[in-house]
Amino acid sequence: MAQPLVKKDDDRDDEADYSPFLGIEKGAVLQEARVFNDPQLDARRCSQVITKLLYLLNQGESFTKVEATEVFFAVTKLFQSRDLGLRRMVYLMIKELSPCADEVIIVTSSLMKDMNSKTDMYRANAIRVLCRITDGTLLTQIERYLKQAIVDKNPVVASAALVSGIHILQTNPEIVKRWSNEVQEAVQSRAALVQFHALALLHQIRQNDRLAVSKLVTSLTRGSVRSPLAQCLLIRYTSQVIREAGNNTQAGDRPFFDFLESCLRHKSEMVIFEAAKAITELNGVTSRELTPAITVLQLFLSSSKPVLRFAAVRTLNKVAMTHPMAVTNCNIDMESLISDQNRSIATLAITTLLKTGNESSVERLMKQITNFMSDIADEFKIVVVEAIRSLCLKFPLKYRSLMNFLSSILREEGGFEYKKAIVDSIVILIRDIPDAKESGLLHLCEFIEDCEFTYLSTQILHFLGVEGPKTSDPSKYIRYIYNRVHLENATVRASAVSTLAGFGAAVDALKPRIFVLLRRCLFDSDDEVRDRATLYLNTLGGDGLGTENDRKDFLFGSLDVPLVNLETSLKNYEPSEEAFDINSVPKEVKSQPLAEKKAPGKKPTGLGAPPSGPPSTADSYERLLLSIPEFANFGKLFKSSAPVELTEAETEYAVNVVKHIFDRHIVFQYNCTNTIPEQLLEDVNVIVDASEAEEFSELFSKPLRSLPYDSPGQTFVAFEKPEGLPTTGKFSNTLKFIVKEVDPTTGEAEDDGVEDEYQLEDLEVVSADYIVKVGVSNFRNAWESMGPDCERVDEYGLGARESLAEAVNTVINLLGLQPCEGTEAVPPNSRSHTCLLSGVFIGNVKVLVRLSFGLDGPKDVAMKLSVRSDDETVSDAIHEIVASG
Amino acid sequence: MASNGQCPSIKNILLLDSEGKRVAVKYYSDDWPTNNSKLAFEKFVFSKTLKTNARTEAEVTLLENNIIIYKFVQDLHFFVTGGDDENELILASVLQGFFDAVTLLLRSNVDKREALENLDLILLCLDEIVDGGIILETNGPLIAEKVTSHSLDADAPLSEQTLTQAWATAREHLTRTLLK
Repeated sequence: MAQPLVKKDDDRDDEADYSPFLGIEKGAVLQEARVFNDPQLDARRCSQVITKLLYLLNQGESFTKVEATEVFFAVTKLFQSRDLGLRRMVYLMIKELSPCADEVIIVTSSLMKDMNSKTDMYRANAIRVLCRITDGTLLTQIERYLKQAIVDKNPVVASAALVSGIHILQTNPEIVKRWSNEVQEAVQSRAALVQFHALALLHQIRQNDRLAVSKLVTSLTRGSVRSPLAQCLLIRYTSQVIREAGNNTQAGDRPFFDFLESCLRHKSEMVIFEAAKAITELNGVTSRELTPAITVLQLFLSSSKPVLRFAAVRTLNKVAMTHPMAVTNCNIDMESLISDQNRSIATLAITTLLKTGNESSVERLMKQITNFMSDIADEFKIVVVEAIRSLCLKFPLKYRSLMNFLSSILREEGGFEYKKAIVDSIVILIRDIPDAKESGLLHLCEFIEDCEFTYLSTQILHFLGVEGPKTSDPSKYIRYIYNRVHLENATVRASAVSTLAGFGAAVDALKPRIFVLLRRCLFDSDDEVRDRATLYLNTLGGDGLGTENDRKDFLFGSLDVPLVNLETSLKNYEPSEEAFDINSVPKEVKSQPLAEKKAPGKKPTGLGAPPSGPPSTADSYERLLLSIPEFANFGKLFKSSAPVELTEAETEYAVNVVKHIFDRHIVFQYNCTNTIPEQLLEDVNVIVDASEAEEFSELFSKPLRSLPYDSPGQTFVAFEKPEGLPTTGKFSNTLKFIVKEVDPTTGEAEDDGVEDEYQLEDLEVVSADYIVKVGVSNFRNAWESMGPDCERVDEYGLGARESLAEAVNTVINLLGLQPCEGTEAVPPNSRSHTCLLSGVFIGNVKVLVRLSFGLDGPKDVAMKLSVRSDDETVSDAIHEIVASG
Repeated sequence: MASNGQCPSIKNILLLDSEGKRVAVKYYSDDWPTNNSKLAFEKFVFSKTLKTNARTEAEVTLLENNIIIYKFVQDLHFFVTGGDDENELILASVLQGFFDAVTLLLRSNVDKREALENLDLILLCLDEIVDGGIILETNGPLIAEKVTSHSLDADAPLSEQTLTQAWATAREHLTRTLLK
């Protein structure tokens, strides 16, 4: 950029935009800088020129190396002048130019002279400049002066030395560490800011010495710290000490926590807030400890200062994630913040309320949010939409008002990300709340009538094609879809054609009418649209090959080979006489233990996920198993467990196992990965010893022919087990294989291999493996309709537990059922809790469980377990699980 | 994390005009390594805050994981940026200190023209508030005094005089409120 910004204003509006730097040019200013060399220095003039140079730098102008050196040397001449104002500008200029090492030497002596000057301002500034530009070698020379400066009676000088010390500590810690005594003395300084800087430096010097930090904090929390800033630092150090001490300080005397609490009564708001924030961020903070902090934050909520309101609501928002009950007291103040001028505050207030709100307040909140949505930025809107989505899943009964809200904001203006967030939310609600399906689909239909985003339109059309035919009256969606064929671009038209065909294939009554529509598409201007229409018409309408089911499967069934494998196979395929054979594509899925570990139990969200996207893991397992003829007669797959690692991370062979439960069989799928490039494994098999699982008998195993480096493969072992019973047992596993050395240069394996074994960890089949998590939207209705016929109630003592929440979690995990209506969350410090669970037991028996927990004595947990199901043996089985767990 | 026992730190201080152009800026962090990234940040912050009313009280917002405290006077926009786990009130005190000092230095004529004409004072002022991200001083009058202290020894105490005047006005104001 040759010309500074101001220059542009030149021809636009001279009068209004008058600036002393109007028309300034680097070349001219550099010329002007020659006055620095005058024998008779004009201090005023020189100051002006330096200001101009600084202005240029500040506007983003850069000097070439030569220019910078020239200016630097010229500026050093100005040390001759005794004008204080000019000297200050010289200091600034030197810092901005950040000279290189050999240039620094030129000014060192001048700066050292200033460091010993009688003028305080010289001393302070010279220290800051010198420490900024110097490197380690010079430090030893000036160290003596710096130590002196730290205890200088002028606070500005002392602060300058201390702050410089903090900077130098990053590069030359061993030097600064020698100043401990002086810094310690400065901590006792009467000047507020000196104490702050000294404390910061002393802590950094000692930060790796826990005991020293603890001592420092102890001594200062008793004494008086003068400035609010230093007090804030002390609070940070105190909470660090508390964090590092862990749980040892639980009982009795807790001086550190008491100090934090006392800071809540400090006169400075800065300190009060710092303390409140520190308390809310403590690990394992209890409700009682939280209360005083929440109270001061609540006061801040009604402050006239936006910054205070923002700080308070942001902290409370974080607290609401872990302790929603603790924040409910602030709900009234929060609600008044929804209309806050500052939209960041309003959004934080809304999302906090959505987290802490109960079922009865949902409608009122929705009303308030509707008024406010129109005037916030898209990124805030996305936050709100996400909060509403999770609220809806928490209170499924309220889906109507939440769905209405989503559809109304969907109609308003908004960018792609925002619209996508809304559509994703509606899709999730449709999937998780069956009652919401029809209205949700209609909202989506209305949305694509007027949707400017091709991506969203095609995704919604696909989703409609999957979900629409399953509704009670599929015909009402046709109009919306066919409109797309008229009004949209080719991409959307093509996917609308596919959706129409989907309806035609799934609903026989609609078929003739759909064919009429599809025939019209044969005249479309776009190839793809015409092709699709022709394909669908001919396959669905003609009496062509195969049965009707075959044809539907061909058109709409999912591809039974993984896309990745298909892609590699197609790439390797060389055009020849021989046609590409899809059966040659390997069907075995590359296991992705990493990806699965990253998102444990996380539901796939949005449109990109099933059912419209790639098949879910359950689907892909099922297809994988069906593709193996030996398993074909096992019947329907009941459940597949999450992968269980059987090896430590980073061993030679990585193996995890997935348990597939069938009615009378169980199949272990061992996903093996060979992590040694120099080896090829062949005939890989897992030898399973079932001596501790008597009720299981091994049927057969399916070895893996070869396992090259870094290309995962599967081997299977199948067992027979008693029908419909949750049989448990323990299995020990050994990996058996033939190792062949691979020549790293050619990649070819040797002919001879050696047999080898590799011990894997044991595997257990537990009762929870026989239960599928299935939520119910209204537990009470489901419970009552189930009736008390097969109810089994009993009480259990769980003994001493860490906390109620821990006990609840243990039982949920033991049973492997789906918690309903958010009852898995235990409010802190409650003495009793009721948890609702639901699921499906093997044999497709629906099970509902009501767990009531109570604290008996200080730590002992007692539990009442009521089970309802359609089959009393299943109810008994659930009790057995708990009794034996 | 700032609350992990770290010293409070300032990422930048910006003084922009009513069109979002630089009057004076100072960056203390490496988050914006090039001039272009700095300009982009300034433009972003300016446009995001433009429509808010930050004239009576300092306002605050969270943008790209930074907390930004800002205040507008006439055609000048003051900003202080810190990390997203920084204590908002500490950042606000820095902004207040900067603002008070500038008000004193510009003899209460806080506008762009006056600021540019006294750019040397503004730059010195920035230099006295924060050093390499560490807060040096947050008390406005003290900052202003440090900036103008060279005139204590020099023979042209023009700005010092106005500072004394400012002090006198402040004192007068205080007595009046006390007597009320």
